[in-house]
Amino acid sequence: MSLLLLAQDAGLPGGADTGLGEGIAFWILGPVALAGALGMVFARNAVHSALCLAGTMLSLGLLYMAQGALFLGFVQIIVYTGAVMMLFLFVLMLVGRDSSDSVVEVLRGQRAAALLFGVGLAVLLVAAVGRAFTDVTPVGLDAGGANWNGNVPGIGRLIFTKYLFAFELTSALLITAALGAMVLAYAQTRAHAKRSQRETVEARLRGEHARISPLPGPGVFATANSVAVPALLPDGSIAPESLSEVIDRTDVQPAPVPSPDDAHALTGRPHSDRSGHDASTPHSVRGGRPAPDQNGSRADAVEGADR
Amino acid sequence: MSTTYYLLLSALLFSIGAVGVLVRRNAIVVFMCVELMLNAVNLSLVTFARINGALDGQVMAFFVMVVAAAEVVVGLAIIMSIFRTRRTASIDDANLLKY
Repeated sequence: MSLLLLAQDAGLPGGADTGLGEGIAFWILGPVALAGALGMVFARNAVHSALCLAGTMLSLGLLYMAQGALFLGFVQIIVYTGAVMMLFLFVLMLVGRDSSDSVVEVLRGQRAAALLFGVGLAVLLVAAVGRAFTDVTPVGLDAGGANWNGNVPGIGRLIFTKYLFAFELTSALLITAALGAMVLAYAQTRAHAKRSQRETVEARLRGEHARISPLPGPGVFATANSVAVPALLPDGSIAPESLSEVIDRTDVQPAPVPSPDDAHALTGRPHSDRSGHDASTPHSVRGGRPAPDQNGSRADAVEGADR
Repeated sequence: MSTTYYLLLSALLFSIGAVGVLVRRNAIVVFMCVELMLNAVNLSLVTFARINGALDGQVMAFFVMVVAAAEVVVGLAIIMSIFRTRRTASIDDANLLKY
């Protein structure tokens, strides 16, 4: 009982009479919600509309909490401003956020008629609600009311007893919605079918591409597999399609043909009688550590390296 | 301040959402206006729950939220598939049921 009194003193939201704090909250959040709604309708950019709606939903969630619906307030913030508005923004980004409204009126005078209808609806609703609820004293949900044990236990008790069947049906609804979204948003329909490997080959042979085979990679038949080395055709000429447009064209240096009896060819060391020929190629320089008695060939090798 | 103000705010939000559905031409914005109308009704349901002193209205608002979430998912998927085939999100351009 003391807990109940404490709760009453603390002023749980959703009481029979609205206190000063709730009034302040309402007169701040209500205009924010209205401004967000108006901004959503009249913003030209769709992203601005989405952000205005997020503000409206946020303030509505706070108003729920002020009325004692704590669970619904948090669900509103998490589900609506968190999930649904992010989904809207994602779709806006996918569809193209510059797909703004057309200003063209398809039906003449439709906009003015819609505005008139909206004002009329607002006046009717406000008048009806204002007249019907003049002397209503709310029962209230706070201590002693339906929220006596807390808002979430109260809602849970209702959902799992009185509204159990409807609650179970919502699970079927959610599964159906998820399946439907997957079926509808599946990109690979018959109109946008992905080509199989066989269809790609047939399209190539039918001449839909510039050439049947892919371009020759650099250095396929060349002596090195560097990108700088062009591919050689079987007759030894350079395949022009293998030349990279980025890398400057370099001359192909013929590889030295070692004689089979030249044991120094594998080490890269120039043979004494072929030193003049070999020194002009980089191969002779690479492993070149000539013997001390071959001074002349060593000088040639260094000169070849400088070249 | 009485709880009637909540109902008046709800009525105004509902009217604004209805005007937005009629005025706007972007399908996604029309969808957002529908969401606003659902939220306005939720506010009045919560207020009625408080006036009646029972939580049934809040449970009803909860179910409205569930249905709205499912509706958003399916509706946005439809908008996406229409955009993929027609390259437009305007509701004036979708005037044929097929092709």
